Amino acid sequence: MTEPILSLRDLSVTFDVRPRGAWPWTAPLKLQAVSQMTFDLAPGECLGVVGESGSGKSTLARAIVGTVPSSDGQINFEGADLAAMTPRQRRVHRRDVQMIFQDPLAALNPRMTVGDIIAEPLVTHEPGLSRADRKSRVQDMMKRVGLLPNLVNRYPHEFSGGQCQRIGIARALILKPKLLICDEPVSALDVSVQAQVVNLLRELQRDMGLSMIFIAHDLSVVKHISDRIVVMYLGRQMETADAQTITTRPEHPYTQALISSVPIPDPVLERKRPRTTLHGELPSPISPPSGCVFRTRCPKAQATCAQALPPMLEVGPGHRVACPYHQAENVLAVSA
Amino acid sequence: MTYSSDAERLLNATHLAEVQGRSLWADARARFLRNKAAMVGTFILFGIAVFAIFGQFVAQHERDMIDFTLIGANMQKGVPSIETGHFFGTDANGRDLFARVVQGTQISLMVGIVGALVAVIVGTLYGAIAGYAGGRTDNIMMRIVDVLMSIPFMFVLILMLVIFGRSIFMLFLGIGLISWLDMARIARGQTLTIKNKEFVEVAHATGVAPFTIILRHIVPNLLGIVIVYATLLVPQMIIFESFISFLGLGVQEPNTSLGALISEGSSNMAYGVMWQLYFPLAFFVLTIFAFFFVGDGLRDALDPKDR
Amino acid sequence: MLLDIDNLRVTFSTADGDVNAVNGVSFQLDQRETLAIVGESGSGKSQTAFALMGLLARNGRATGQVRFDGTDLLSLTPAKMNKVRSNQIGMIFQDPMTSLNPYIRISEQMAEVLTLHKGMSKKDAIAESIRMLDAVKIPDARNRIRSFPHEFSGGMRQRIMIAMSLLCRPRLLIADEPTTALDVTVQAQIMQLLADIRDDFGTAIILITHDLGVVAGFCDRTLVLYGGQIMEDGPTDPVFADPSHPYTKGLLRAVPRLDRDDDELLTIAGEPPDMSRLPQGCPFTARCAYVQNTCAHIPPELATFDGNRRRACHVPKSEVSA
Repeated sequence: MTEPILSLRDLSVTFDVRPRGAWPWTAPLKLQAVSQMTFDLAPGECLGVVGESGSGKSTLARAIVGTVPSSDGQINFEGADLAAMTPRQRRVHRRDVQMIFQDPLAALNPRMTVGDIIAEPLVTHEPGLSRADRKSRVQDMMKRVGLLPNLVNRYPHEFSGGQCQRIGIARALILKPKLLICDEPVSALDVSVQAQVVNLLRELQRDMGLSMIFIAHDLSVVKHISDRIVVMYLGRQMETADAQTITTRPEHPYTQALISSVPIPDPVLERKRPRTTLHGELPSPISPPSGCVFRTRCPKAQATCAQALPPMLEVGPGHRVACPYHQAENVLAVSA
Repeated sequence: MTYSSDAERLLNATHLAEVQGRSLWADARARFLRNKAAMVGTFILFGIAVFAIFGQFVAQHERDMIDFTLIGANMQKGVPSIETGHFFGTDANGRDLFARVVQGTQISLMVGIVGALVAVIVGTLYGAIAGYAGGRTDNIMMRIVDVLMSIPFMFVLILMLVIFGRSIFMLFLGIGLISWLDMARIARGQTLTIKNKEFVEVAHATGVAPFTIILRHIVPNLLGIVIVYATLLVPQMIIFESFISFLGLGVQEPNTSLGALISEGSSNMAYGVMWQLYFPLAFFVLTIFAFFFVGDGLRDALDPKDR
Repeated sequence: MLLDIDNLRVTFSTADGDVNAVNGVSFQLDQRETLAIVGESGSGKSQTAFALMGLLARNGRATGQVRFDGTDLLSLTPAKMNKVRSNQIGMIFQDPMTSLNPYIRISEQMAEVLTLHKGMSKKDAIAESIRMLDAVKIPDARNRIRSFPHEFSGGMRQRIMIAMSLLCRPRLLIADEPTTALDVTVQAQIMQLLADIRDDFGTAIILITHDLGVVAGFCDRTLVLYGGQIMEDGPTDPVFADPSHPYTKGLLRAVPRLDRDDDELLTIAGEPPDMSRLPQGCPFTARCAYVQNTCAHIPPELATFDGNRRRACHVPKSEVSA
């Protein structure tokens, strides 16, 4: 296997949470947003991360781009550990890792023109560039993502959601980064526009040789765009496998429940599908369940699940499951 | 496939000229221009500014020239009239009230504007930095503001004026010291919300330096609120100065301000020389009202909640 | 026939002129039927629901006919409409927090509905509320009814909203994007709950959504809106298996499916329409892959075919199906 461009080793992110009404000097509670994430990303690969709200997937993205500090573990990017760098050292590395956000309009400064927004990374990392060069690069990038280059002087509020997301993509890609992190890039868009943006991202990834981490709650979209998928629950990795395997032969009970909850736009299939509905609620990340974090809602939970963290088991090539009672089951297949 | 059809359309369209966008500022300007009360306020303010700047060229008398022939006969000869050149009449010492109102307006406007400027520059930056830095820095910076705010400033200012002597400089210093405190708090509160907007995070993730983020992304988005608050701060400062001058501690003779003139006029009310009160009071009230109308108009125009 | 909507139009007067959000929508709903209204932003799907609930924004105006059980809702006085709204039609929204008062206990909010509209005593009302919370599977309802809305998770709040809207046993329930803000596993729970309610209470349900997957598993009939007009309407199975309108077809192909491997998603070019500048003819003209000369000028008629399906398109169905 080629050298991975990004490899996380036991990455954890903890937030301090101050209980309401506490004295200023009492020790804050620890919220484990991300715990011991370990995975590799090969160059040119697209890794999907799925999980529900509270799974820590967005925090994971922010820890990798470095807008949220990690509390433990390593973020090795091209051999250098980003987590161990000082803010000043890290700022230099930021040009290689860019991010696209969920709310396309909120991610654009309303007081800046689209041209200035897209040019900001250039201004920051290549300050020597002449004004004319900068402009031509901005306009090339705009064409690339399907925006009319003569709209450089417009403001974000004059664009639709899909166009705003294209602006966000143009800004993220203008420095030709090596790694692009997409945090729910299409979930705020209309259905008919989602497909446009997904296709654009796929095409840009192929053409520019980008490595990509695609984070979303919509498993269908993640599966469509990703080579490999990581399933997260309450800050922890539940299962990792290539996209095909995870949808057709999921081993972890949570993955199975997730897949069987995803609605499929086919009425006949929907009626026949077996469903495992999860019961109960997501536990609080401040006091997660002991042992396996999923055990409180798991249909296969045993007494031993509460005692220790389940080990990460390798059940196939590149297929890892954090459940000792795993069993492959195709929850998509329609029983006759 | 969209991309190729998009690209095609783009190739056909590349000859198109660049389109000028409509910024939020332009939107706000259009809304402001549509607001009648605010426009009237703007015109009045403009008129008052013209009066303050060019009034002295119209005045027929020096503002500190005492007309001894009028002393004691103010009631009869100091009446406002065009013939004598005392458009607004004379004050108790026989000085031309028109020239004095011009100067009073000048000083009052200056006090208001200096106070607002200090507030805008110091307060906004201070608040934005505190809010953006967050954590301990924020805590320390805002506690300093709290401490400063909890000092009874009127009392300290009066003490300062008594100890260091009464001068315009002292007055400006005192007003500058307090005016930015509220603004710092407002700016910090706004910064906290703007800081969590994704575009700030984007800039951070891109590697933009913190101070550049404050100047490029935070301050421009603060400005709407800051401007509104500043226009409402100006009349507050004018009132503040007037009050100090009314007590006799502010601007000193032979200089004057609207507050001092109103104070003087009110003490002479019993002698039937009502014009000594009415003219400065009219300018004072007009100025304050105009600022309030403009401030309201700006708030309506700039408030993003409106859209 | 429970609901009969004929030529419903909704117009908003704004500073920039009138905006037509709904342009002549007609459909009918039987007792116990579940109807999906599918559309993107600006399709007029929510405004249709607001219009028939009498909940349009102040600058909005609804014309046409909305017959609910024989009475024309649009001609009712606000007071009478209020009565219908509380007794006959329930509504649940995307964000339950917008319709729950954060400062009042759930027990009070639920009991108020019953004491006000059914004249129940407070004690009976609370007992009935607890029964209803049990019905929507809120665990430990007896104790949790004393909580405030923010003490519940998003999924639980949506259950409470459903319980509240069912208190007066409405005959029609309108659910406006009820699961859009929820996670998929919670979405599955809520949709299951709505299905149970339909079966247990016999409530007719109008589900307003953009998610074709949710529609497929739940609704008898599907109505596709675009630009405030009906594009296609018919029983869910044939609409999904054999879409008769280019828009429906495009929509179905644009969503990735978990059970399939499609290499490239087929997209619908362009953006959802600007409602203040709709073309004279079909609103989908600018994005349609089958567009003809007539499309931009002549509005297509909503024609019935196959007995119980309707479509509004100039292009023959055989061409779209191919």
